[in-house]
Amino acid sequence: MARLVVLGGGVAGHTTATFAAKWLGSEHEVVVVTPNAKWNWIPSNIWVGVGQMTKEEVTFDLAPVYAKAGINYYQAKAVSLNPEGSESSDRPFVTIEYTSADKAGQSENIEYDYIVNATGPKLNFGATPGLGEGSNLGEHTVSVCTADHAVHASEKFAEAIEKMKSGTRQKFLIGTGHGMCTCQGAAFEYIFNIEHELRKAGVRDMADIKWISNESFLGDFGMGGLHMKVGGYVVSSKLFAESLFAERSIDWLIGAHTSKVEAGKVEYELLDGSTGEEEFDFSMLIPPFAGVGLKAYDKAGEDITDTVFAPNGFMKVDADYTPKPYAEWKASDWPRTYQNPTYKNMFAAGIAFAPPHIISKPMKSPNGTPINPTPPRTGMPSGIIGKAVAHSVSDLMTKGENAHLHEASMAEMGAACVASAGKGIFDGTAAAMTVYPVVPDFEKYPGTGRDTDYTFGEIGLAGHWIKHILHHLFIYKAKLNPGWTLIPE
Amino acid sequence: MSENKLVEEELNFQKEQFSLTMIPGKFARAMRTCVIWQFIRFLIINIKMIVVVSKSH
Ligand SMILES: Cc1cc2nc3c(=O)[nH]c(=O)nc-3n(C[C@H](O)[C@H](O)[C@H](O)COP(=O)(O)OP(=O)(O)OC[C@H]3O[C@@H](n4cnc5c(N)ncnc54)[C@H](O)[C@@H]3O)c2cc1C
Repeated sequence: MARLVVLGGGVAGHTTATFAAKWLGSEHEVVVVTPNAKWNWIPSNIWVGVGQMTKEEVTFDLAPVYAKAGINYYQAKAVSLNPEGSESSDRPFVTIEYTSADKAGQSENIEYDYIVNATGPKLNFGATPGLGEGSNLGEHTVSVCTADHAVHASEKFAEAIEKMKSGTRQKFLIGTGHGMCTCQGAAFEYIFNIEHELRKAGVRDMADIKWISNESFLGDFGMGGLHMKVGGYVVSSKLFAESLFAERSIDWLIGAHTSKVEAGKVEYELLDGSTGEEEFDFSMLIPPFAGVGLKAYDKAGEDITDTVFAPNGFMKVDADYTPKPYAEWKASDWPRTYQNPTYKNMFAAGIAFAPPHIISKPMKSPNGTPINPTPPRTGMPSGIIGKAVAHSVSDLMTKGENAHLHEASMAEMGAACVASAGKGIFDGTAAAMTVYPVVPDFEKYPGTGRDTDYTFGEIGLAGHWIKHILHHLFIYKAKLNPGWTLIPE
Repeated sequence: MSENKLVEEELNFQKEQFSLTMIPGKFARAMRTCVIWQFIRFLIINIKMIVVVSKSH
């Protein structure tokens, strides 16, 4: 019997573990190590953050689901990897630290035959002074990155609405909290939900809403923007996004690195090198992402973190990490199997893998401050990669170490994004977008880098209904309810 | 004598930041919440998304 250890019970890790457990059956063991007791459908945190859903509606307990799937679940966080074992044993192992109430702080080593790192991002609030400490959110802004953050955001939002109702104007500042953030899509969806709820509450005229982002143009989304089919035209996402903002009277500040956050105020630097300040009463700023800070040691106990992980803490996989100028970036730089090049029994899935480079055009201010979005690895790619990795590892465990590895390149996969505005079945609308492929391939699609038959966007109730259906479908699937394997990632 | 013609949704073009983009008119906005039209779009978007998903696996 061999053992697969999956680190992280989020979108990618949960997909990997549940498919691997299904394919491997009782012949082999699947272990999940994750610090959270609950699974969270993160995209719906947006609705929690405006008080339209409760935390309970977007989370469920992991333990009974893993028990049903025959997965051994450790509520703990991985701290370090010893891919060569130790001086006393050749068996590789991972050191974990329990986070469950009964064993909090205790450590243990878990040996493995294969390991998948799906630890997602460290929410690096500490990168911007005043935004937070380490991975903890600070006191001046709110976040929707976790369900608890979103509950806190909704409370602050309700307070702001009350102030407006009693005659005090409020300024809302939503966007990114650093020059190297990703996940603009989440902030984008949040700002439109805020605007919608303010309108519903009858206080829109008491609110000034502003977007602040590290994108060099609206609609970059960390993908260098996209050209999509809208109403028979192929248009840039810049026009599409600007139109959404203009229609709703939402101002924007782009090419901005948020350099400091204080009570009611952010300081920023722009791509042209100028600096400025923006005041706010309510602010949701996405933090930059980093790897979760796993360490790696060789057999002798020497630190080999640099061999296994990139400087940003994400795990190295089969990408082409050779530094090269933007003009030479290729779709083929992106990984296909997510296998670590040094230790073939290690894989990374979802946000945890180190991308070869960003997707958007790299930019710096004249002061040398990098201000550009880092690449998004949204839910659909994270799930697809998680499933491909589960397939590879299952084959390696059942067919031997020469088994064929399954591939899932982000340059050959699409993503569907539905950014809602509001939650009501008949009054909410959404911008439904698909992009294919996520990483543009200018050799295959010389015009826009993408297939415009499958890269499209439109606004309306239809997208909104899809968002609702996805919420229920993905929670149903993650709970492993009957037919879960039929629901695509 | 010509009359003033105020089109409410076009007022935002007055703001400099918004002047170079596109803003939907009444018809485009009505279609976004027209249940019959949106049901048709729902079917079409779903089919397109299923194709994208199947091309991605
Ligand atoms: C507010 C918001 C809205 C979003 N909306 C959308 C959307 O509409 N559509 C979309 O496609 N994507 C959306 N995304 C992105 C999507 O949530 C991510 O792409 C996806 O969650 C990434 O999956 P992952 O498994 O890599 O990371 P995660 O889902 O974050 O999972 C990582 C897991 O690892 C665990 N972990 C952390 N540290 C350790 C450790 N040391 N050891 C073990 N486990 C660890 C974490 O607790 C977590 O369970 C949104 C993101 C945010 C923040």
